[in-house]
Amino acid sequence: MSIETLSSMILTLVTFTPLAGGLLLIMIPRRDRDIRVFALFISLITFVFSLHLPLHFQRAQVDFQFQVDRQWVTTPNIHYHMGIDGISLWLVVLTTFLTPLCILISWKSIHERVKEFFILLLILETALIGVFTSLDLFLFYFFWEATLIPMALLIGIFGHERKVYAAVKFFMYTMIASVFMLAAILWLYAHTGSFDFVTIRDQIASGAVPAFPAAAQWLFLGFFLAFAVKVPLFPFHTWLPDAHVEAPTAGSVLLAGVLLKMGTYGLLRLNLGLFPEQARHNAPWIMVLALIGIIYGALVAMVQPNMKKLIAYSSVSHLGFVVLGIFSFTQAGLNGAMFVMLAHGISTGGLFMLAGILHERRHTYEITEFGGLAAPMPMYAMSYLVIVLASAGLPLLNGFIGEFLVLSGAFQDRAVYGILGATGIIWSSIYLLWMYQRVFYGKVTHPVNNSLGDLSGFEKMAVWPCAAAALVMGVAPIVWLGAIDPAVQSALTPFVRVASRMVGQQW
Amino acid sequence: MVTLAITEGYSRMLPQGADYVRILPEIILSIFGMIVMVLEPLVDEEKNQKVIGIVALFGALAGLGATWFMAQSPGLAFWNMVQVDGFSVFFHVLVIAIAAIVILSSYEYMTVQRIRAGEYYALILFGTVGMALMSSAVELVLIFIALEISSISSYVLAGFRKHYAASAESSLKYFLLGSFATAFFLYGVALMFGATGSTNIDQISRALRAGPIPLLAFVAVAFMFVGLGFKVAAAPFHIWTPDVYEGAPGPVVGFMSTAPKAAAFAVLLRIVFVIDVHAMLWVIWIAAAFSMTLGNVGALVQNNVKRLLAYSSIAHAGYLLIAFAAEPSLGASAAMFYTASYAAMNLGAFAVVSHFANVGERYVTLEDYEGLGRSSPMLAAMLTVFLLSLIGIPMTGGFFAKFYVFSAAVKANLIWLTVIGVLNSGIGAYYYLRILVMMYMRESRKEVPVDQPTLALRIAIAVCLLATIYLGIFPNWTLRYTQDSAHELIPQAQQAPASPNLASPAKL
Repeated sequence: MSIETLSSMILTLVTFTPLAGGLLLIMIPRRDRDIRVFALFISLITFVFSLHLPLHFQRAQVDFQFQVDRQWVTTPNIHYHMGIDGISLWLVVLTTFLTPLCILISWKSIHERVKEFFILLLILETALIGVFTSLDLFLFYFFWEATLIPMALLIGIFGHERKVYAAVKFFMYTMIASVFMLAAILWLYAHTGSFDFVTIRDQIASGAVPAFPAAAQWLFLGFFLAFAVKVPLFPFHTWLPDAHVEAPTAGSVLLAGVLLKMGTYGLLRLNLGLFPEQARHNAPWIMVLALIGIIYGALVAMVQPNMKKLIAYSSVSHLGFVVLGIFSFTQAGLNGAMFVMLAHGISTGGLFMLAGILHERRHTYEITEFGGLAAPMPMYAMSYLVIVLASAGLPLLNGFIGEFLVLSGAFQDRAVYGILGATGIIWSSIYLLWMYQRVFYGKVTHPVNNSLGDLSGFEKMAVWPCAAAALVMGVAPIVWLGAIDPAVQSALTPFVRVASRMVGQQW
Repeated sequence: MVTLAITEGYSRMLPQGADYVRILPEIILSIFGMIVMVLEPLVDEEKNQKVIGIVALFGALAGLGATWFMAQSPGLAFWNMVQVDGFSVFFHVLVIAIAAIVILSSYEYMTVQRIRAGEYYALILFGTVGMALMSSAVELVLIFIALEISSISSYVLAGFRKHYAASAESSLKYFLLGSFATAFFLYGVALMFGATGSTNIDQISRALRAGPIPLLAFVAVAFMFVGLGFKVAAAPFHIWTPDVYEGAPGPVVGFMSTAPKAAAFAVLLRIVFVIDVHAMLWVIWIAAAFSMTLGNVGALVQNNVKRLLAYSSIAHAGYLLIAFAAEPSLGASAAMFYTASYAAMNLGAFAVVSHFANVGERYVTLEDYEGLGRSSPMLAAMLTVFLLSLIGIPMTGGFFAKFYVFSAAVKANLIWLTVIGVLNSGIGAYYYLRILVMMYMRESRKEVPVDQPTLALRIAIAVCLLATIYLGIFPNWTLRYTQDSAHELIPQAQQAPASPNLASPAKL
């Protein structure tokens, strides 16, 4: 196979390999071990395929790469159009990287309905990758909605005590918010005759869309609402703690690691890409919501008695950074936002795995149930420390780079945003280190914890890649930023125009 | 008609061979219906069910085959009373296919419920004749007759669980309200005749286009809308639906909620789009908005799965009505696609539900569905697909159906109606999800026996499943067909300009 044909097929291959594996899994007899091995095999294959993307990615090229564009439905004009740029590239790889780890971490902890679990996990992976690779708005919405069902089922079937409540809440929040996006997409189609992202973007930019100025604000809000719920931005965040606390570990990892990024990715790709002027106009209040998210999320995280809830609220706080960076419209801010997305995916994914490991041993997430765990579980404590420090933003680990860039972007935009945002870093070290201290240091407070086993082989295989990735990303961020930066710059070009026009009006 | 015949010569006084071909499916279905009735007392009571069922199924399949011959000779028949075009062929195939699937899924039901019934299958076939005729009739009086044929069969079918009061109530309620509604329709036909001097849809259309539309014509269309609105269970004529669906036998509900609805929508499409009374838009707007909202809100609090699906069918009638408010050719094709995918998913859902219901339809509450995902994973998975399609999740027919309807509405600038629609489909997700939650996320608290489904039922469910998924992944072929036939249906004068950038003035 020549490299050209491979490069037009690779996105299809990466996206649908998990789905194909999931469908094959239906036919495999119910022997749990075979199912686990097969699922792991499929997810590793997918990961290997996805490595083709960064290896053959042309960093200098700002256009979408590995494109494939086929007609799917003639009227309405729906295309199977996929392609990635520096923004979506790493999110795809993040998804394929986290899925095998999810399978490893669920190796022992899922022992009922094993088959269903792994089928759902693989279907979810396809839907997640599809969201990041599709360039046709219809296709995007298709995958967007397709993530809902497997995730809701993962929470609802394999979750903890209040799983049904959490699953339904998760589903309804996202579903209702995303139908507004559907309405906006349909409006765009009715007025441009295309679902293609690039076509629509160019038509809007050249002012060729009739009735656009009147509708633009509503369209912006339609997309924004769908993404803000997913991120989740401050007043729409209430589904997240419930979903996280009740979800099985793998569900939490994918939820925090990838699903939330669908929201920020959508903001970056669609809200900024299609509506630069509206994004500019709405930025002030969105920035305020993001800052509220950062500070409020951190404060609420601080007082959580439940470890998983604490991590969930820390996600609200970290995702606030991403939104802050995106709506600063500066190169540093957007680069930082992208980097925080990736770093958060790794470190919070890791934290959820570690919390899941404890839950499996003690069946509780209450922080007060633990204490002094460093003695019985040294390896576990060590890994936990690396991930906690990464999440808290210690230099040389991945959290630092992103947050630093976001804050420098926010400063460029308006100093007060930067100052308020910077307090978030302080808060996050407080709640994370305090939690770490309560769980691991001091004497063992509950005798039952003395006999807890350290990390098992599978758990090591799941957790250590996260810790390693956190370190590598912190030491050599340029590997990632090198691909992100050109895409970010091209995403920002309309803003330079908008900004200069606004400046021109002022003076 | 007599004058027409004289001008065309004496030979037109008698129907031609082609005329019979154009109603061949109806003829074949009627013949098989009669065969079934004659056969019933002749065959042995034990084998009775099987033989009659097979004959009826064979009849439906033969009717389906006959549509192919019918499609080969498009045109008018029987003095401009019947028209064979892509539109009527589409609905013929749909309605007869529904009948075939219902016959397949009834066989097991009748055995389990111990209902002895040759006339059951005969009624399904006769009802199908009426529904098929509704879609090809272009003469209001013939439409009325066809409507009556289909309705009367449905009234009787609804009462087939003879030993249950609920079923009798269902039948009687349906009969009383239904005849009331058809009377409205007939009244509308009479008024239309008064307003335009004709009962032929084409001539009416021409008469109305010629000059200012008389007020009487609006009243007439409104009356006809009442009659048909009842048949499709659109608000505010929907009150009968939950009670009737609850009492009627499961497979019959599957039948009633798809085939007569599809046929009534076909008539409505012809009347609304061919007669083209644009001032009726607000009536449809309101009916659509109310049907969606009342249907979905009503379904939220239901505890009986059949009632829940009844309310859901009201909501779906609402989504479908949105298409009627949209611009003609897009709206018509969206509506046709919707009826087809709704038929597939709803028939499938009812097939599974009536299998779960067991003897005497004992297990139809939500609690009975607890833990079914574990005890009968295959059936639960099938029901899941149908419910996801009813929600409108990608990869299912329901998704594209909703998508086209909303897309047509946005194109016609019906932004508010679309917003109401999409919000409703969000709310609607909740109650379908409740069934899924029961099946997969709760442990069963009581013993609910689930038998192995028979081969016939398996085939029926599999066909529905394949159709649902096919329409969800490869909608292109069907959509092409509906678009072409919608194009054919709508008079040229009315078709919108082909340019996608139509900046039509905002309606509502």
